[in-house]
Amino acid sequence: MEPINGPVDLSVSLGPLSLANPVLTASGTFGYGAEFAHLVPLARLGGVVVKGISLMPRAGNPPPRIVETACGMLNAIGLENVGAERFINDKMPFLRTCGCRVIVNILGDSLEEYAALAAKLTGVDGIDALEVNISCPNVKKGGVAFGTVPDMAAAVTHAVKAATDLPVIVKLSPNVTDIVAMARAVAAGGADAISLINTLIGMAIDARTRRPKLANVIGGLSGPAIKPIALRMVWQVASAIDIPVIGIGGIATAEDAIEFLLAGAAAIQVGTANFRNPAAAGQMVSGIEEYLRQQGESSVRAIVGSLRLEA
Amino acid sequence: MPEYQENSIIQKIERLGADFHRLTLHAPRIALAARPGQFVMASCSPLSDPLLRRPFSIHRCIGADVLQLLIRVVGRGTELLAQCQPGQRLSLIGPLGQGFHPPASEASICLVGGGIGIAPLFFWAERLAANQRCTALLGSRTGMELSQLAAEFTQLGCRVETATDDGTLGHHGLVTDVLAAHLSATDRVYACGPMPMMASVAEMCRAVRIPCEVSLEAHMACGLGACLGCTVHGANGRYLHVCKDGPVMAAEEVAWNR
Repeated sequence: MEPINGPVDLSVSLGPLSLANPVLTASGTFGYGAEFAHLVPLARLGGVVVKGISLMPRAGNPPPRIVETACGMLNAIGLENVGAERFINDKMPFLRTCGCRVIVNILGDSLEEYAALAAKLTGVDGIDALEVNISCPNVKKGGVAFGTVPDMAAAVTHAVKAATDLPVIVKLSPNVTDIVAMARAVAAGGADAISLINTLIGMAIDARTRRPKLANVIGGLSGPAIKPIALRMVWQVASAIDIPVIGIGGIATAEDAIEFLLAGAAAIQVGTANFRNPAAAGQMVSGIEEYLRQQGESSVRAIVGSLRLEA
Repeated sequence: MPEYQENSIIQKIERLGADFHRLTLHAPRIALAARPGQFVMASCSPLSDPLLRRPFSIHRCIGADVLQLLIRVVGRGTELLAQCQPGQRLSLIGPLGQGFHPPASEASICLVGGGIGIAPLFFWAERLAANQRCTALLGSRTGMELSQLAAEFTQLGCRVETATDDGTLGHHGLVTDVLAAHLSATDRVYACGPMPMMASVAEMCRAVRIPCEVSLEAHMACGLGACLGCTVHGANGRYLHVCKDGPVMAAEEVAWNR
């Protein structure tokens, strides 16, 4: 293919949600957007997925909450967030001005809570979509079952869809036996798109003190260490279902992002890399653009799922 | 408040003690904006391991372009930083967090620093020294890592007293022992050091109703208020985040007994 010198089309669609480019920031790694506003031109991004919101504020877990591991980190933040009311009043005014799509990650302990939260956020000016967190590993209540039992995942999806007319993305946990079964269940439940993967449950121990390094004992592993697993799961899910897939897991460079697009992701989320390099997501937009030119592709959509399996 | 991601240039690395190092960095945007008590997040490797940046208080700003960090080698990240060479690039994010709050003019100030916690107090002493009577009480494990810093505080015009665990410089014992003798003539205390030291300082100040500010340390992934990893227990039962609520806080905001 001939290299392209002119503009290339970076826009993608996640069902009813259109994005200027496929690069989003992952929930829990980018605050409510404003935290990075001094360092990142937010309008350059496809969108921001904000820190998970619950109906009522949550204090989160006791410290220590994070620990670095080989090429990654474990966290057990425990879903600390300001709650829906303060999110709408205090955080949305800035987000309305950020110049990119705003996707609100939502979480709850019951079907009723998910539905009530979705309804409360619907109609709030500036919210473009919801991402349903059914997969946070850090809370001991029933939340984990939503992310690990296909029928429960479908029920949450259905409850949220029934409560809102916003596009609904469901975020999957990798801590399951059959990721494709989970994806099929939420697709059947009416999800407009699926994002994966959330963190892998892990653990770290201080040999000297014989104590766990996290107060919560276990936590979610993220960062480059999990990328091969994420890539495999994205490829399996994208190959099996018809709705758009958003790839997440250890994406730190444009090349990482492109690998997920080739595996079938229509968009990607940048997570832990934001901590290390706040400029990472913006650099990925430029890097994907450059790759498309070099590959002679006029649209990013042409490379989604274009993995070559034959030798 | 401005924050920058800046690719600084390492100008100099000094070894001040067995595992104490001082980095001098050309970082004009951060140096110009920095206020005493604020910190930077420094990348310690261009590779993915160690993955996260490390938080360091700003030790000193020299002119408009240069800042210094004081580093104690405690693990792989700080070891890599200590091995850097002049001319190398070091990515910084900063200046971050809440700095020290100024005292009333004419107040008698006591700075209490333990080990690597001395780092931010020098930047503060430099800004205070012009019109404040300032005493610096500096503690560490051994005199070797303290002698040069003590001399520099003296050059600023501070009255300096030292304490070492091994008795090789100044008082043989804790820096808080030295503080006890100074409290009656002190209007305001600023402290940074190990948590047990700061807990003692906070309690001593509380008992005699002297306002005290402390600079806290915590593991943090971002330094920007996004990861919510750098939590400490607050006195009001809520969690505080060192990066945004601090690193400098009023001593009474912190739950020291947790």
